[in-house]
Amino acid sequence: MASVSRDFRRLRLDRVSREFGALHALREVSLEVERGEFIALLGPSGCGKTTALNCLAGLLPLTGGGIWLDNARIDRLKPEARGFGMVFQNYALFPHMSVRRNVGFGLRMQKRGRAEIAEKVEAALALVRLGDQGDKLPGQLSGGQQQRVAIARAIVIEPPLVLMDEPLSNLDAKLRLEMRAEIRRIHDQVGSTTIYVTHDQDEAVSLADRVVVMRGGTVRQVGPPAELYARPAHADVAEFMGYRNLLPTRVLSSDAGTARIAIGDAELIGTVIETLPGEAALAAIRPDDLVPRADGTLAATVAAVEYRGRGFFGAARTAAGTELFFRSDARVEPGEALLLGADRNRVLIYAGAA
Amino acid sequence: MSDAYAASERVPLRLRLSRRGIDGVTLLIVPSVLFVLALFIYPFLYGLALSFAPKEGGWLANYQKFFADPFYYDTIWKTLRLAVPVTIINVLLSIPIALRVRLMRHQRVLTTILVLPITLGTVLVADGLLTYLGPRGWLNRLVLDSGFSESPVHLVHNYWGVVLALVVSIFPFTFLLTLSSLTGIDPSLEGAASTLGATPRARFRYIVLPLLAPGLAINFCLSFVQAFSVFPSAVLLGDPAGTTRVISIAAYTAAFEQYDYSLASAIAMIMGLTQLAIVAGLLSSRGLFYRGSAAAAKG
Amino acid sequence: MSRDEPIGARLWAVTVWATVGFFILNLFAVIASVVVNSFGTRWFNTWLPAGFTTRWYVAAWGEFQLDQVLIVTLEVVTAVVALSALFGVPAAYALARRDFPGKRLVMLLFLLPLLVPPITFGIPLATVLYRIGLAGSLYGVIVANLVPTVPFVILVMIPFVEQIDPRIEAAARVFGAGTWRLFMTVLVPLLAPGILAALLLVLVRTIAMFELTFFTSGPTSQTLVVALYYAVSAAGIRSGQSIDAMAVIYMATTLIWLLVALRFVNPTQIVGRGRTG
Repeated sequence: MASVSRDFRRLRLDRVSREFGALHALREVSLEVERGEFIALLGPSGCGKTTALNCLAGLLPLTGGGIWLDNARIDRLKPEARGFGMVFQNYALFPHMSVRRNVGFGLRMQKRGRAEIAEKVEAALALVRLGDQGDKLPGQLSGGQQQRVAIARAIVIEPPLVLMDEPLSNLDAKLRLEMRAEIRRIHDQVGSTTIYVTHDQDEAVSLADRVVVMRGGTVRQVGPPAELYARPAHADVAEFMGYRNLLPTRVLSSDAGTARIAIGDAELIGTVIETLPGEAALAAIRPDDLVPRADGTLAATVAAVEYRGRGFFGAARTAAGTELFFRSDARVEPGEALLLGADRNRVLIYAGAA
Repeated sequence: MSDAYAASERVPLRLRLSRRGIDGVTLLIVPSVLFVLALFIYPFLYGLALSFAPKEGGWLANYQKFFADPFYYDTIWKTLRLAVPVTIINVLLSIPIALRVRLMRHQRVLTTILVLPITLGTVLVADGLLTYLGPRGWLNRLVLDSGFSESPVHLVHNYWGVVLALVVSIFPFTFLLTLSSLTGIDPSLEGAASTLGATPRARFRYIVLPLLAPGLAINFCLSFVQAFSVFPSAVLLGDPAGTTRVISIAAYTAAFEQYDYSLASAIAMIMGLTQLAIVAGLLSSRGLFYRGSAAAAKG
Repeated sequence: MSRDEPIGARLWAVTVWATVGFFILNLFAVIASVVVNSFGTRWFNTWLPAGFTTRWYVAAWGEFQLDQVLIVTLEVVTAVVALSALFGVPAAYALARRDFPGKRLVMLLFLLPLLVPPITFGIPLATVLYRIGLAGSLYGVIVANLVPTVPFVILVMIPFVEQIDPRIEAAARVFGAGTWRLFMTVLVPLLAPGILAALLLVLVRTIAMFELTFFTSGPTSQTLVVALYYAVSAAGIRSGQSIDAMAVIYMATTLIWLLVALRFVNPTQIVGRGRTG
């Protein structure tokens, strides 16, 4: 089966839409991916990231828009004609075939010679460090091993694009960290282009060259991890990226990118991210950045606190009842009164709801 | 100190039993167990013993009679001649149809219609086919009026009538089993295969068929057993004295027309054993197939 | 699925659907020809009878003593349904809740009557029943029909019982319910849908159960399906119209209960692990 060019320069999603009856799983999603990039599609469940991946693979047809590989339109092609490698969330290893036959399946479909297949399969198994498990059945392997077989199977056909659908979500925490590093190493070593779906922002941020944050079937923000981490473009992206403090505020004054805001009686200075149409705004602050300071203006009483090795993390309440998540280097006790504050460039201000 | 433990040495019987899962609740199975033992197992054993106590001759006389007289042993061949092709047709036909139907959205309508022949039973199906396929029935009406043939097609009171009756009665059963086996195969397996370049044909050959095979083997056995037991269709729609004199007819005749219960039991045993032998043969070849779960292996 | 499918694949799809359609068409035609025949006046070489009448139904009623047959059928079915519930539901509960040595053997014991076709065990069973004098009577027929239905109820009910959280029962006991009260006030209401489903299936299967009744019935204890068989086999070449009238009555009886059953169960459950006739 002929497959599309291996040496593509750019993959382009052009206003891709996918509807399931009344449900709009994808709404005019546009994205460009350069060869060699590691892209993460990040978002909560239901945001459309897995649908987008399935559309890329050809497992779901589009109801609108197109997908282009350089100048060739590929969204009309069946999956077997696209030649993309895919790693499924449940691995989808063929239970009745040995590891070797699983990995070699794609090459057999390409009608390669026996010797060539054997050679490539061994190389792929070595790459994922499973060289000695070749004759086992998938049912005899552990979760991490199965996942590596799935990866080997996807990359052995040397696809122009590798698609991964939350491949680590079924593994325990330690294995997840290990496999994360493996996946990136393989990507770098093989020089492939990878699109990786996940709901875990730690994973996305540590693996990807660029992260695509999705919600409700649309793209909310695209950018390198550092940018998303430090400067989320919208309040919902901020919330997803770990800005646990999302505080309704009133804008008192604004000037050249900064603004003075009021949270209850306390006043704060922050950085404006979105244009503010009116008085109502949302302030997003990472718990990491909200600390007890001498010049802190937010008065709150500690409600609960826990020690996490790198500091004390806790929740506190203001007199008005607003809950604040903060960090403290020194020990604090429940019931203690604190004055919390943050650097102005770590207080991000977004347009608020009316 | 040792006194404190002495009392616990004699654990009451009730407690010991309940630890192994036997208590008042477990006893609820007793009536049903006794019932099945008395009215299923016992008659079998009784029949087996009876088959070795013929009206005349030594203890093997019934069996000798059966295998010496073509009037008797031919019944096995005649029954196989009906059961084997019918089962093969049913199983083979059910695969492509089930492959399509599993993609359907309103499967329930189709399965309800297909369940009709099973619900109505073989007697009604036989009666219906007698009318429909008879020399004056609608099928021959069509054949004659359309000029397909000069004379009516003979599909009743012969082999073909019984074949049709069996297919109509048993196909729904076979089909539903195939469908259920098919839906047990994880769809992501075919998705994965297609991303690896497998055409629909290749997906069927390398993924679906191997995973379906064990279920098909069981399906074949269950459907075959039903076909082999053919009785009312063979009498009403077939040629019970000739080409469709199946083994169940021989057993029935011996029991209720000749009142030779010993011979009838022997024939019933032979019938059961033949079915068992074929089923056992098929199932042992199942060892050649993959026997694990058809769901994708998970972490 | 159908966008850009090659010609070969579409042809194949059409063939498959045509086969299904052909099967269903013929099935309906078979049923229809019986119905039409039962209402026809004279019907020889034409597509439809010369006229329509209901006199065959009246004739069948008298000729085949349908009043008696229907009563017998009702008695048999009622008894079988009630007794298989009485035996089967508690047994299913025990099997779902307890694990004991020999459980697998017991499960196999209950599976056998469903796997072995009725003829194979029907003849030995009839022989035994004749020896003890039960055969030929209503009781013999009821007993014979119970052999596949008790295991059927058990096998159908076990998943239903397993679905009930055992902690609900534990809670009831903690609050002082004895086993009987536990059954009546907690389990039976929760199991009611399952019991209903199982019993409806038993009902439909028993009405259509031929071989077991055939081997054990006498002239006054025939169910409708057996009476139909006798009528058809006596008729010979062509099914008489009064016979078809009886066949329609039989069909109506089964189908009414099938429709009722379908409101509560999935059609595939009727297939179960055995067959109906």
